[in-house]
Amino acid sequence: MDYSITKFLWTLLGLFIVLNWGMLMSSTMRRIGARVAGRYGIPWYQPWIDLVKLYSLRTHLTHGTMFYIGPVFRLMGGVGIFLFLPMVYGNPHWSNYSFSGDLVLILYFQFFGMLGMALGAGEGGQPFSAIGISRGLSQFATIEVPMTLAVISIAIQYQTLSISDIVAAQQGGFMTWTLWTNPLATGAAMLSLLGAFGHSPFNLVKAPNEIPIGPPTEYHGTFLGVLRTNGAILHVAEAALFMNLFFGGAGSWFELIIKTFLIYFWSVFVGTVFPRFRIEQSVRWFLKVPTILGILAIIIFL
Amino acid sequence: MEKDMNKHKFEDLDVDKFLAPENEKRSVLAPDGSIVEVDPLKDYFCQDRPEVQKPRSGPVENFLNWARAESLWVLGFGTGCGSIEIPPLTTPRFDMFRYGVQMRATPRQSNVFVISGYLSVKTLKRAIRAYEQMPSPKYIIALGSCTINGGMYYDSYNTINRLDAYMPVDVYIAGCMPRPEALLAGFAKLKELIKAGKAEKANEYAENFDWYKTNQKKIIKDWNMPDFNW
Repeated sequence: MDYSITKFLWTLLGLFIVLNWGMLMSSTMRRIGARVAGRYGIPWYQPWIDLVKLYSLRTHLTHGTMFYIGPVFRLMGGVGIFLFLPMVYGNPHWSNYSFSGDLVLILYFQFFGMLGMALGAGEGGQPFSAIGISRGLSQFATIEVPMTLAVISIAIQYQTLSISDIVAAQQGGFMTWTLWTNPLATGAAMLSLLGAFGHSPFNLVKAPNEIPIGPPTEYHGTFLGVLRTNGAILHVAEAALFMNLFFGGAGSWFELIIKTFLIYFWSVFVGTVFPRFRIEQSVRWFLKVPTILGILAIIIFL
Repeated sequence: MEKDMNKHKFEDLDVDKFLAPENEKRSVLAPDGSIVEVDPLKDYFCQDRPEVQKPRSGPVENFLNWARAESLWVLGFGTGCGSIEIPPLTTPRFDMFRYGVQMRATPRQSNVFVISGYLSVKTLKRAIRAYEQMPSPKYIIALGSCTINGGMYYDSYNTINRLDAYMPVDVYIAGCMPRPEALLAGFAKLKELIKAGKAEKANEYAENFDWYKTNQKKIIKDWNMPDFNW
């Protein structure tokens, strides 16, 4: 239980690394998408320039208090997941505050940002935001089903909800990963991860070209900058969560970078291949195969 | 200014004949039983004039201008035949993403407005609303001869001839139609202007707001929106 200022500074440094890795990862993925389409794509440093530009815009207008707080809630969701997640296993500097929070708290933080964003974007009054919010919340409710089932399954398997303990139980080689000891839960969670990352075919929440940009339609300048900052952190944090739960955690930053890249690439790979689902299709999809896998993963441990 | 052509036959009446039904004052029954008065023109639109936002000075502004130039977000709003020249920019042959030019679907997140070709009076109204909603600093690229002098539509009854009487233009691209390469060259020119600190047309619009509004109202007969749309 180390709550010293040094611990806090190490955590901040970790957040800084995660933020920059998240931005580099997003530009790399966009370049991969561009290569698939036969283009060169954005320069690898484009997300940083976009961020500087967004923070430097001169006009800022608001639609009310919640409009301000929405992006802050969203950022809090991403930072919250990061804070209670051990980044590098066994290293006291990079395990953040994982001793004070467990898996249930992280599942809560996943939903927390979305709810805040829903309230904030709803106050913007833009009809497309409302459509995006209703789609996002209904889709995320069904994403949560297989994900929660998988989490319950590994909680029964390891008899703990602490992420550090789950990672510790997977140390001892490639074959001790949850991927091999509990493949059904891993399958359910990796399928629900496709929705959590929001790439095609589950990108109907933002759905560019259809409902302009979904919930953040009214967000601009610094507000959007905060949202994009959160996007970079959240992608790495979620991938790191799955790495810790199913792929044996990371022994070093290098291992973390490789594993989070591959986990994120899984959703990009599927997104490059498949076109967008409609809302009723995606809701039904999550309630079929992933949910059945999740239920089976629990049954075999009963 | 010469004779105000916006003067129409209903002007002396109290009622606004052109007010859209959804913008009328009304009372709404709230879920808790109370009655709420809604005045969309006051509640949904901004009440303040746009203001001149002075740029910072020195290296900070130079750095920010560099970032603004390298990250141009274009509003996906095609106005004339030139809008067909924009989609090829996202294809492997032209690939505008290499130059930091990206498309955005909403005016709130865009910096560059490409007026792509002729602008009919009906579209001008929407273009003004979209332009005023964009956050400053914002830039306009006028594509094609129609935006310069009317082009082949110079004597048309419902298109405007000179764009810069209604909206401040940063870069003109001449031609009928200019090819996508010309549009890319226009983006490069706009980048030069921004980096040199010369692309402050949003402030020019705010300074000469009355002049622009008079011109706009002269040509748009059914002005059924507030003066400040942003």
